[in-house]
Amino acid sequence: MTLKYYFKTASIGLGTYKSRTALTILGIVIGITAIILILSLGKGAQNLILSQIQSIGPKVIAIMPGRQPKGPTDILSTFTDSLKQRDLDALSNKSNVPHLETIMPVVFGSATAVYGSETFQPTILGVTDYFSQIYGIYPDEGRLFTDDEVKSYADVAIIGSKVKTELFGNDEALNQKIKIKGRNFKVIGILSKKGQVSFLNFDEAAFIPYTTAQQYIFGIKYFNRIVVDVDDAKNVLTTVEDITITLRNSHGITDPSKDDFFIQTSEQAMQIVGSITSVLTLFLVAVAAISLLVGGVGIMNIMLVSVTERTREIGLRKALGATEKDVLMQFLLEAIILTTIGGIIGIILGASLSFITSVVLSKVAALNWEFSFPVGGAFLGLGVSALVGLIFGLYPARQASFKSPMEALRYE
Amino acid sequence: MLIEVKNLEKIYTDEDVETPALRGVSFSIKEGEFVAVTGPSGSGKSTLLHILGFLDSLTKGEYLFENKNIDDFSPREIARVRNKKMGFVFQMFNLLRRTTVLENVKLPLLYSGVKEALWNDLALKAIEAVGLSHRIDHHPSQLSGGEQQRAAIARALVNNPQVIFADEPTGNLDSKAGQMIMELFQKLNEEGHHTIILITHETYTAQQAKRIIRLRDGKIESDEITNHRLRADHFSK
Repeated sequence: MTLKYYFKTASIGLGTYKSRTALTILGIVIGITAIILILSLGKGAQNLILSQIQSIGPKVIAIMPGRQPKGPTDILSTFTDSLKQRDLDALSNKSNVPHLETIMPVVFGSATAVYGSETFQPTILGVTDYFSQIYGIYPDEGRLFTDDEVKSYADVAIIGSKVKTELFGNDEALNQKIKIKGRNFKVIGILSKKGQVSFLNFDEAAFIPYTTAQQYIFGIKYFNRIVVDVDDAKNVLTTVEDITITLRNSHGITDPSKDDFFIQTSEQAMQIVGSITSVLTLFLVAVAAISLLVGGVGIMNIMLVSVTERTREIGLRKALGATEKDVLMQFLLEAIILTTIGGIIGIILGASLSFITSVVLSKVAALNWEFSFPVGGAFLGLGVSALVGLIFGLYPARQASFKSPMEALRYE
Repeated sequence: MLIEVKNLEKIYTDEDVETPALRGVSFSIKEGEFVAVTGPSGSGKSTLLHILGFLDSLTKGEYLFENKNIDDFSPREIARVRNKKMGFVFQMFNLLRRTTVLENVKLPLLYSGVKEALWNDLALKAIEAVGLSHRIDHHPSQLSGGEQQRAAIARALVNNPQVIFADEPTGNLDSKAGQMIMELFQKLNEEGHHTIILITHETYTAQQAKRIIRLRDGKIESDEITNHRLRADHFSK
């Protein structure tokens, strides 16, 4: 018998039991849908985070206190107060870090802001006017801080769009005073709507001079972060070296394993994010693959029932000249066609769900989320579903092919 | 010689209990014969037909088909003989549900190696021979019992086999439909030169064959040429 007729015979067999066929492939459909959805959303999330890191630019270097966490115990032993004013001064010295263009210390935390009877809990970021350049965000109304305001511990704030609406509604906010930790801050700027960028929602943040934040809001003498802009992307690695040497000198560290700070470049951050999301995606796919296994067992179960039910048909086919191979191929192909159809439906369903999710995320959550169709994942899903059919269809198909025509014909 | 059996024995073993179905049966059948195998139920006639039709194995004795011992056929050759040289007609018709008459009749061609371009013509010819041309697109459930059996006979005919085995072909039909089937068998035997081996427990059906083999308790009771052979059309007129 030709392959074409194997296919035709198998299709007729499946068509005869339509509703059962549909129910049987449900397990495969769900499994493949889950895999495609996870792969697609994982890719989308990765692209989103990477594009955000990229938007910060390749010339930006972040210095963080403590040790780069390598395990849960490291987190316990991180130093949070190791970056201080003297480090800022040492790094600002051109002879220490020649390629440094701009330097900005950052302190952050949360505090309640009050205007009249309205309150809101924004993320408070103590920065310099340079933040605007790094994050690519500018005031819609008003202006940035001046150097003098930073140096003189001025009580001025630039607020995110949500902070503005929460506190002021539709009223004019510019030049009004809001109260944070008992101090009156003059609103000098209102940022345009930006949404979530990496781990910070800019719309729910208030930016004030870092000096004011250290002294009056958080009462600390250290920085949570120091951000450095390098004059040229090609000098990033040299600058990382320069910063490391400068800070070790400043902290009196001779043994590199005792470093109480770590440095992250955009490229490193992208690599880390890439590997984290890949591992996470892989893990979730593995979990989803279990449902394929369950689906496969379901297929085997139904195929066995089908073989028993169609015993007379098998006997008849053999009496009419079908060989064992003919019968084996018929039932094996039925299983493979079944799972492959399930796979195709799963791919379409998974991609559609992912597409809907991407629309919802970008419309409702205002994320710059792009739908991505996992082409490799689709082929993988197709291959895996066919393989499931082959593996789990083989046993029932062999059972069918071994039936003696006489026994089969006598079967009631 | 088309078919030759010598001292054929068949013993069914079920949970160590041996039930003999055939105990030493010998006869031969030439091409062109029309043989009725008859006997009460349990006489072993169905078992005999199944062994002759390569559907079941024998326990002892010899079976030669076209002068070749059954033991010398490979599984592949057995499938080929069933497909090309034998046609089967069953009491329960055994047509595939939800498949048209035409597709049912084509079924043996699937396994035949005959070029696909010829399938339609061959199937239509076989359907015409049983007088069912007006029903080719019907499903078995839309046909009467007699029509279903005619479709099954067309299926048995489609590869133009030497021998047609019929297992109680009229057993599920009313007498009128049964007579039409017997008429068809006589025609196929006389005009189409097909050898026909038919099982029946009805004496008047058996008497329409040219030769009657009577079985009792797994042995041949009598084997003779039909004396007053009945013409099938005698009944239907």
